[in-house]
Amino acid sequence: MYAQMIKSEGGKDPSEMTPEEVRFQARIDAGEKIEPKDWMPEGYRKTLIRQIGQHAHSEIVGQLPEGNWITRAPTLERKAILLAKVQDEAGHGLYLYCAAETLGVSRDDLTEQLLSGRMKYSSIFNYPTLTWADVGAVGWLVDGAAIMNQVPLQRTSYGPYSRAMIRICKEESFHQRQGFDIMMKMAQGTPEQKRMAQDALNRFWYPSLMMFGPSDAESVHSAQNMAWKIKINTNDELRQKFVDQTVPQAEYLGLTVPDPDLKWNEERGHYDFSEPDWTEFFDVLNGNGPCNNERMEARQEAWADGQWVRDGLMAHAAKKRARKMAAE
Amino acid sequence: MSALFEFLLRMGDNTLVLGHRVSEWCGHAPILEEDIALANTALDLIGQTQMWLGLAAEVEGKGRTADDLAYRRDVIDFRNCLLTELPNRDFGHTLMRQFLFDAWHKLMLTRLCDSSDERVAAIAMKALKEVSYHLERSADTVIGLGDGTEESHAKMQSALNRLWPYVGEMFEADSVDDLNAQEGVTVNPSELRADYDRIVYDVMSDATLTIPDSRFAHRGGRDGSRHTEHLGHMLAVMQFLPRAYPDARW
Repeated sequence: MYAQMIKSEGGKDPSEMTPEEVRFQARIDAGEKIEPKDWMPEGYRKTLIRQIGQHAHSEIVGQLPEGNWITRAPTLERKAILLAKVQDEAGHGLYLYCAAETLGVSRDDLTEQLLSGRMKYSSIFNYPTLTWADVGAVGWLVDGAAIMNQVPLQRTSYGPYSRAMIRICKEESFHQRQGFDIMMKMAQGTPEQKRMAQDALNRFWYPSLMMFGPSDAESVHSAQNMAWKIKINTNDELRQKFVDQTVPQAEYLGLTVPDPDLKWNEERGHYDFSEPDWTEFFDVLNGNGPCNNERMEARQEAWADGQWVRDGLMAHAAKKRARKMAAE
Repeated sequence: MSALFEFLLRMGDNTLVLGHRVSEWCGHAPILEEDIALANTALDLIGQTQMWLGLAAEVEGKGRTADDLAYRRDVIDFRNCLLTELPNRDFGHTLMRQFLFDAWHKLMLTRLCDSSDERVAAIAMKALKEVSYHLERSADTVIGLGDGTEESHAKMQSALNRLWPYVGEMFEADSVDDLNAQEGVTVNPSELRADYDRIVYDVMSDATLTIPDSRFAHRGGRDGSRHTEHLGHMLAVMQFLPRAYPDARW
């Protein structure tokens, strides 16, 4: 889940809704898609910009922890696969920025909000990738968690977002498989490789659970976003689903999930598991994760160092237009 | 070492080393579209490396693989031209290096499509499609930035000045080239120079950039006699895992 803690701008009681708002809600309830030119409540538009923008930023910042290993990928094939994957993420960022632009905000605007810290990206990308097994763990766990959220979002009410999600989900499942494949090679490899695999699981398990955000069963924001079908499931539902799916995979790999209280609950038909440390989550969100500074600096540097390139290409395009006009 | 093996290393090391350099940009480009395009170029080059070094390993017949060649050789055994191993510096420098290489690469691959060795011709045909696009894109970017603002023009001119002395090496011929040319496997690279100069002249004119007068050429990459200091650092990064864990499979 790349969007966390999305504060809703809505939250009206149905009795206070205007007739337009009532009609809008009825369309959503009937499963219709809302398109860019359709009327929509200001709160719906703003909340979506926040959510899609955060998702897009996460794709872009998310290139960094995996990009950290492109130059050290251990075989030509692994290098090619990782390059393709990180390139896909940039592509996802692009579709999502385009989806956000249909709501009346520009990509440059969103970028500036990211760089000034007014908009967030997913907490998970503030953790370092220390060994090659981390590249596997990111694919397996982080993309796995993202898919949990993104699959239902293919049915989200906003047309451009839903269509972006459909494309993204196809690629994400390939990403998760390549991550699991790396983990398999590592877990079945030499003792050193197996140690790296276990260490990666130890470090990424709880941060992956945090990706879903704290429990929002009681949250009014969550209720409104669910009524608008911007959010489809509660954070706890998705987290449970993720744990239920992932634990047997870890067992298959012969790795130990770092949670002594993890056990199958026959009665519930789900695993019981320990909550992550939410103090750590809020620390990371507030800028105190292990890599927050590095990630922001990398993006700020790329943007600042690229200013002359963007200016140069714009100036050239303007000159070309002027020459064409003069010739006509 | 056979002349064919040596030639295949030259092709494969060029794409490996340049592909690696370009991949260093991933996540750091000035524009999202450029980030994607750079990753795409790197991906194509790494794919071509798999083919060239795969064939080299087969021709050598000593049981080595493309990965062994990429990850287990040291600097003195690499056969890429010096241009490809130079550091990225800024985006303009990276794209200028790309253009100067792409223009040579496309001419070379075009001729290799007619190679007497069918395996070489097949790789060249596949790579040519990708490289034609690389050239189109790098030429457009060099033109856009050369003919952009005063600042972008100055940066591109300085990149051209800095890189120009590394162009000549791509057209030098030695006994390896002579042998392969006699067999019809490849062409003598010096035959490509006139076409290359025309392409570069046209693009630099549109880019309003001045090609340096000097024909001085740094050499020592494609015959492995003297690489730059930069290559060793690249290999230290690239080969870290296979070197540190020689028994591991990935």
